[in-house]
Amino acid sequence: MRKIFASAVAATASLASVAAYAAQPTPWQTTFQPAATGIMEQITWFEHYTLWFIVPITLFVLFLLAYCIFRFRASANPVPSRTSHNTLIEVIWTVGPVVILLFLAIPSFQLLTAQYSPPEDAKLTIKATANQWNWDYEYQNAEPLSFNSAMLADADRAAAGKEDRAAYPRLLAVDNEIVVPINTLVRVLVTASDVIHAFAMPAFGVKTDAVPGRINEIWFKAEKEGLYYGQCSELCGKDHAYMPIAIRVVSDAQYNTWLAAAKTDLPGANKALMAETDGAAKVAAAGN
Amino acid sequence: MAGAAAHDHHDHKPKGWVRWVYSTNHKDIGTLYLIFAIMAGCIGGFLSVMMRWELAEPGIQIFHGLASMVYGVEGDSAIDAGKSMFNAFTTAHGLVMIFFMVMPALIGGFANWMVPIMIGAPDMAFPRMNNISFWLLPPAFILLILSAFMPSAPGAHGVGGGWTIYPPLSTSGQPGPAMDLAILSLHIAGASSILGAINFITTIFNMRAPGMTLHKMPLFAWSVLITAFLLLLSLPVLAGGITMLLTDRNFGTTFFAPEGGGDPILFQHLFWFFGHPEVYILILPGFGIVSHIVSTFSRKPIFGYLGMAYAMVAIGAVGFVVWAHHMYTTGLSLDTQRYFVFATMVIAVPTGVKIFSWIATMWGGSITMKTPMIWAIGFIFLFTVGGVTGVQLANAGLDRSLHDTYYVVAHFHYVLSLGAVFAIFAAWYYWFPKMTGYMYSAAIANTHFWVTFVGVNLIFFPQHFLGLAGMPRRYIDYPDAYAGWNAVSSYGSYISAIGVLIFLFGVFEAFSKKRVAGANPWGDGATTLEWQLPSPPPFHQWEQLPKIK
Repeated sequence: MRKIFASAVAATASLASVAAYAAQPTPWQTTFQPAATGIMEQITWFEHYTLWFIVPITLFVLFLLAYCIFRFRASANPVPSRTSHNTLIEVIWTVGPVVILLFLAIPSFQLLTAQYSPPEDAKLTIKATANQWNWDYEYQNAEPLSFNSAMLADADRAAAGKEDRAAYPRLLAVDNEIVVPINTLVRVLVTASDVIHAFAMPAFGVKTDAVPGRINEIWFKAEKEGLYYGQCSELCGKDHAYMPIAIRVVSDAQYNTWLAAAKTDLPGANKALMAETDGAAKVAAAGN
Repeated sequence: MAGAAAHDHHDHKPKGWVRWVYSTNHKDIGTLYLIFAIMAGCIGGFLSVMMRWELAEPGIQIFHGLASMVYGVEGDSAIDAGKSMFNAFTTAHGLVMIFFMVMPALIGGFANWMVPIMIGAPDMAFPRMNNISFWLLPPAFILLILSAFMPSAPGAHGVGGGWTIYPPLSTSGQPGPAMDLAILSLHIAGASSILGAINFITTIFNMRAPGMTLHKMPLFAWSVLITAFLLLLSLPVLAGGITMLLTDRNFGTTFFAPEGGGDPILFQHLFWFFGHPEVYILILPGFGIVSHIVSTFSRKPIFGYLGMAYAMVAIGAVGFVVWAHHMYTTGLSLDTQRYFVFATMVIAVPTGVKIFSWIATMWGGSITMKTPMIWAIGFIFLFTVGGVTGVQLANAGLDRSLHDTYYVVAHFHYVLSLGAVFAIFAAWYYWFPKMTGYMYSAAIANTHFWVTFVGVNLIFFPQHFLGLAGMPRRYIDYPDAYAGWNAVSSYGSYISAIGVLIFLFGVFEAFSKKRVAGANPWGDGATTLEWQLPSPPPFHQWEQLPKIK
């Protein structure tokens, strides 16, 4: 019994951390973060697709250089050829790259078009206003909800219930996350109040500059529940590295409960939601 | 009569400081440029090593200490000043390396030295303008250094807006005088480059030796001609843009301030209309140099000479219509992004022609792996790596994820820090015996290559991984998950710094050993005109113009 309990705890810990890791960078990572939206899946696919062209091309160039250095070394080939023209090969190495670029361009344009073609109307609109060095979020519902989101200071971890540094990492965790329902098309209107910043969420495949006097629109439709992290991605001064973005994707029911409570008591609503999501992960893990 | 005195000035070499400060001799001015570039490169390199030291571990390691040493602040304000100082370092590193290292080395240094000789001209067309081109640079550099000690944002010193100095961070974001000094520095450096560009265009068009048609001109002269046109057409746009910044800052205009009807994005269009040609300005002379070196050490004529020349023309021309690929995330419309994706990908074609032509020049050759050749082949490979990631970044859909991450940092350092800089060292080791008359130690020079090659690849290859994982650029501190690759990158930086010391030692060793190089140390593969002159060349060359068959 104790053994089962112990393994359940271990499973809980590993699964909880795996769930958290799905949305943030991991040590020695060499690829994109796992995708949480269809767009990011397409971006990931396209990145892998380009590698099938650029890695062989680079290795081919390396091979040719090495071959020339070896095969045509002065000791092996004391009399150089005087060839300085070959129309056929020049045509080949001009047309060849054009064909390769066409192979890249077609999926590239499809991806770009997809990023600007939301499949349906947005059900939720959030305005994100960047400041030096935090974010203001405004849910543009019939009854608007506004709050500020800043990086979580270490001193505030205990009070916020965010002492788990795997789920709430240094420089990524914030005091108030954006909360959105799963499988819902969310539109984000991004602007800034002082200098240029950028709203970025790697797992969602979105990034747009927050420019004073201009509103940039992006959209995403998150397909996996979890807590996702991004960081300001345009140099904005002293604390550029200290204004992260966090989005919590939850079920419809959890979102509705949170939204109703948040209007009057945001910290309370966040804590209730955390108890449910962070706790649910543990319960699910223990259930296995 | 005055004519009698004028007669014997041919071999008259002014003595002492007069020779250098009043110099109108293209070789002396070229030497000044090279010395300037080496010093600026050491300063720019120092800035980057400090940044890598800071980024070796998560958290703030050294910049609060640096800030309290330099600015005399303590405690929390030292941390804040340190964060701003890091931004000032990234900015200064970029500006110094671009405007005060690569451009002076390639254009002011090697082009000044070699283009007149290679086209059979006695000197540049406007020798006095050549003098002022150089002597504008030290004041520009001093202004930039001074800016590091001037207030910028509250509690901060030095320009911390990145080399792109986007408003409003460079206007209302940094009200202190640091930014004004940096803008004036760029104005002066820009004026210096425009004067130099006019000089090169005039020289190359009018002073080629009899029989040297444009289609017989060495590729290095071609590359400098194209570079000069890029400078002439792009720098005035930068000058206009930063003048508007200056008036926005000081005289109440609102070109880039939305509250007055301006637009911050307008500056980005102006900046990148200059900035993209600028990156080709940095690399094109390197293309020319590498062509000569590959040809020399393969003992073969350059393969596809005309294709090589017109590939550079094409790169220069298309380089002017791709600028907004630096701005995919600013909110450009879908159609605008489609156009810039298309135009940017086109550049890969002439670039591919150049890479394959270099390999074809080697093909069938009789190759000796002397130091310049090693650097040139290193250039070709590393430039290819940077080029193919450029093709990835050209795609706006993919750039969505990579924009402003370390992937971009890795990309542009592969084409510039490993491309342009390898070309500079290739040129240095190729022409050092010609310029000084002394031969360096090949063992030291080759050690310099391998240490640098390992170092820079350790710095920049892991940055691809950091970028894919999502680490943004210009961060003084990063989430702990990024620690591993950052540590590797920092160790690479230390190794590269050792490479710089080996380089400096090699120069010292060559000058102290005084091994005589001879007129042509590279054999019959070296066919351009500079190898027909003694080493070093006479103070005034081609008093009898060479005839080109």
